[in-house]
Order: sequence, then C-alpha cells, then structure tokens
Amino acid sequence: MRLLLEIALTHIRGRARQTVVSVAGVTLGVGFAIGMAALMQGSQDEFVTTLIDAMPHVQITDETRTPRTQPAERIYGAVEIHGLKPRDDPRGILNPVEAMTGLRSWVPGAISAGLRVSGVARYGGTDRGVSILGIEPADELQVSKVAEDIIAGGLSDLVGGGFAAVIGDSLAERLGAGMGDSIRLSASTGVARNFKIVGLFHTGVVATDETLVYVRLKSAQVLAGRQNAVNDIRIRLGDPDAAPAVAARAEELLGLKAVSWQEANESILEAFAVRNIIMYTVVAAILVVAGFGIFNIVSIITHEKARDIAILKSIGFRERDVRIVFMAEGAVMGGLGGALGALLGAALTAYMGTIEFEFREATEVTHLPVTWNWIHYAIAASLALVTAALAGYLPARKAAQGNPVDIIRGAT
Amino acid sequence: MAPLVEARGVTRVLPLTVPVTLVEGVDLAIGPGELVAITGPSGSGKSSLLYLLGLLDSPTEGEVLIDGAPTHAMSTDQRAALRLERIGFVFQFHFLLPEFSVLGNVAIPMRRLGRLAPGDIEARAASILTRLGLGDHMHKRPDQLSGGQRQRVAVARALANDPPLILADEPTGSLDSAASEQVFEILAGIAGQAGKSVVAVTHDIDMAERMDRRVHLVDGRIVSDERRSTRSEGKEART
Repeated sequence: MRLLLEIALTHIRGRARQTVVSVAGVTLGVGFAIGMAALMQGSQDEFVTTLIDAMPHVQITDETRTPRTQPAERIYGAVEIHGLKPRDDPRGILNPVEAMTGLRSWVPGAISAGLRVSGVARYGGTDRGVSILGIEPADELQVSKVAEDIIAGGLSDLVGGGFAAVIGDSLAERLGAGMGDSIRLSASTGVARNFKIVGLFHTGVVATDETLVYVRLKSAQVLAGRQNAVNDIRIRLGDPDAAPAVAARAEELLGLKAVSWQEANESILEAFAVRNIIMYTVVAAILVVAGFGIFNIVSIITHEKARDIAILKSIGFRERDVRIVFMAEGAVMGGLGGALGALLGAALTAYMGTIEFEFREATEVTHLPVTWNWIHYAIAASLALVTAALAGYLPARKAAQGNPVDIIRGAT
Repeated sequence: MAPLVEARGVTRVLPLTVPVTLVEGVDLAIGPGELVAITGPSGSGKSSLLYLLGLLDSPTEGEVLIDGAPTHAMSTDQRAALRLERIGFVFQFHFLLPEFSVLGNVAIPMRRLGRLAPGDIEARAASILTRLGLGDHMHKRPDQLSGGQRQRVAVARALANDPPLILADEPTGSLDSAASEQVFEILAGIAGQAGKSVVAVTHDIDMAERMDRRVHLVDGRIVSDERRSTRSEGKEART
C-alpha cells in the first residue's frame, strides 16, 4: 500500500499547479459549506431558543382535538355519532385542582395554571387587542422566563392588591402608557376594569410584546366572569425535547388538547428542515463541482501515465493496485482540500461570530449567530472525501481495465 | 522437467470489424536455460506471441502453460501474480517510472511482491545494478542516463524478483550498436544462470544467430525453429 501511495504522490507532485487548483476548489467548497452551515444552524438555534424561552414547552387548553365521546358511544359499542364539533364556548378545564395535582405527580418540570381571556386594552382613546393572561406570579415565574425580560417593576407586584397588570413595552408604547398609569382592560364578555401598570417586559418577540398582558388569576376570572375557571395550563420542562411525549401523555390523561412547543411551531420547524435540506443540497452541489476538478486532474494524470500503468501491469500489479493509485490521488486531494476547508470554515465561522447587527423586528440579534458543531465539519469533509474518491475512481477504473498491450504497442 | 512456458495451438485474433489474426496455431515450448530469438518480418506476430507467452494477452484459441500449469482459467489477479514472480519483461523502450530513481525503479517489483524487508530490497537492487555496471548511477533519475544505461536499468528491474523467464521485446531496437552489444551480453549472460531462460524478439539477424535457438515467424505462424550451439562457443570465446 505504501508503494501505491508513493506512486500516487509522485503523480500529484508532477501536476502541482493543477493539483493546487483542484485542492483550492475543494477547500473553498468545504470552507464555505462549513461557514454557511454554522451561520444557518446558529440562526436556527437562536430562533428556537428564543421560542423555547418565550413560550411554555407544553400548553394544555380546554379544547379537544376531536369531538368528545358521547355517553351513548361509551355505553353502547354499536352507536356511532357523526358530525359533532367541539364546543364553541369552552367551559374551561374541569376540576383544575385535580388536573394540576395529577400532572404534578409525573411531569418533570414546573406547572402553572392560568386563565387566558381575549380583550381590548384602552388608554387615552387608543385601543389595542390583547390577550389577557391571568396567572399566579409565583407559579408563572417557574414556567416562564418573563422575569428575565422585565424591564420595569415585576410580576410579583401583581400581588400587591387591586387590579394590576404587567404589559409588554411595545404595547405600552403603542398605548402611550407607562409605569403607574391605569389602562382599561375589557374582556370579550363585556366586563371591564381599570388596571394599574406595575411592570413592563420586553421578550424580543413582537407578537408577545405587543399583545400579552399579565394580570392575577383572580382578576382574569373577574374579567371572564368565570369564578375559579382555568383554561390554560403551561408546563416548563427540564428537557424541552421531551415536550412532545409529555404533551401526548397529558392529552391522553386529561382528554384535553395539549400542544408541545414543537407542534405549536411545526411550520417554522418544517421550514427550518426544508432550509437545511436546501443548504446541504447546495453544499453537495458545491462539492460535486469541486469533484469535477479532481475528476479532471485524475483523468489527465491517467492519460499521461497510461504507459506507466501498462508497465506496472506488465510487472505484475493487479487492476486493483492501479485503481488504488488513482483513487488515492483523488482521496489525497479531497483529504487535503477537506482539511484546509475545515480550517477555512473555522476561520469564517470565527469571523462571522464577531460581526454585530441590531434588529428591532421579530427578534433582537446583537451579533451574527453562529454555531460551532463538529457535525458540520464531519459532513462537509466526508462529502469532500467521498466526492474526491468517486472523482478519482471513475478514471481509475478505466485506467485499470485498459489492456497494457495496446499501450505498449502504441508506445513502440 | 516441464517447460518454463509453453504455447499449445495458440491463436490470437483481434476482434476488429475485419478480424486480424496476429498469431495462428503456434506450438512452442521454452525450457530452462534457453536463450531464444523470435524473428520474423514486421507484422509477423513476434511481439504478439511474446505478450501471449508473458500472460499480458490471452489467446483466442489454444492455451499457454507456465511451469506446466494451464493459465487460461486464471483470473487477471492470478495472472498478475504469475507475472510478478515468474516473468520479467524488457521492452524496446525502457518504460522506467520517471519520478523514481534508478534504485527505486528496480525496487518496485520487489516492493510489490513484499517478500523482502526494505533494507534487503535496497541491497538486492543495488547488487543487481552493480552487476550490470550501473553502480554509480543508482540514485540518478532515468532522464539522467543514456539510452543504453536506461535499458540496462530495465533489465535490472526485470531481474528484481529473480524470475526464471525473461521476455524481451526488441530490447536493443532503440539502441546504438555499442549499447545493443552491452544489453545483448547481459541477456545472454542471464540465460543459463540457475536455469533462467531469455526469449527475445529481435530484428537483428546477427544477434539472433548468436542465440541458442531461433524461432522464425511469418504471418503469425512458426515457419522454422532452429537450435544451435553457437552461444556456448561464443560464451567460451567471450570468457
């Protein structure tokens, strides 16, 4: 094997300039592939992290995915009822205390029960549609990272007595209200109360900052006219990836719709998956193009070295030996390009990580988000190596199968 | 004792649009220690017969036996292995690998065979080269040598694995008379050493006349196969 590699290296050295060009092609392909992957994975990770932080990992509401099983169906197996729809007016989660106790017995995380009411916030003649979330601050702080996003006051100030609210800074800005001001919250039931702003938050998610209003659970129940009602149980898990399993089990036990953060953002995650497929397709295409460079150089070498191939075969080298020589040439170029490409990719990633931007749209990003992931390097380098070996294999096979007599006759 | 190489009814037809017969119905046995010249006009099938005897090509009909063993059913790998161990080739042009030194070229067959340690390979290659008068050129590249020297390196490479059969295709065809004589002397000297045989295709009638045996081909057929005793006399005269 060492002899074969030695022969391969002499061939490569004999074509130094073309080899450098081919290796440079692979290097650029691998380097940019890694840089692009780091950037795309980084933005995805940051976005998902923001999502996970901003919303409960599992949310149980008082809805059902399918019409409730009717008593007649439960009692008589032969009965089948069609055309039923979930209730238009959910009554809230039945026996919320029992449901919470049941969940607390097995859910590996924090749980908070709340009441979500649609309504309108009014201040100084400006109306904004809002989602009023009644919570117990102590529980909410366990399931939400809103405490980290508080920029004035705090959730715990809701407990101070009276009707108090903590609202998003964007909502406050749009209403023209500030800390200590009283805004009027009207629920869809028609009940309205004045709430004093005791806190402001900024999550970075516009939809949340513009529409969410935190009030105490009791206050929300007053607005909804539903005493002791709860229609929203939120769960925060130690492991966010366990959310689908927890949601499925909760849904099975409670018979209510339980949505994991993955399900809630399915379309976004699907878009990420599609984006990743596109990215890796582009990466593969780049490396295939680089592979053509290697194919070209190995083809030239096999053509130039046809006489050497013939003499090696006349000496007693097998076809496989000849194939190995030329595949090794492709693999050496691919390996070298892959290694240099990995260095280039790391340099690009490091550089991009230092670039800072300021956005005030959907999320706030203060720097280009990049992710350091060895899998990117492994995939790009492996693809480069496979492409290069394949690019070497095709001309190598042709060279190995050639009849040495034809070449010797041609030469003599 | 079985011949080193034997052709039995060997025919080789090139499957072109109009098939071309290179060799037809050849029966030939080369025993140990022979120095054989294959002569004939251009296109008579001399080189084709040599390639068939050396397993570089396969007959369309008939079979080639090496050491009495038929080779027609062998895989390409098995034939390659036989060439590596039992046959040494010398062509009209030296066909040395230009990137390797003289020593490196001679070492290649031994390294491929893998029976000797690297140090022993180098020592044996150096010994063969010294024997062929190339002791001062071992570390040069082929392009730093004269034509005759390169052809002697090619002979040294053919001898590397100590094969019993050396097949030479016009080994002096591209050399001047002095270099041709040197190469011929070397080949003649090899034949008979430890039962080694040399089969050389040549246009040079004088050279053929000095060999033990002369096989003459016309149109792919053997038309004469003469044995002589001139070489031993010549050898005695040379020594």
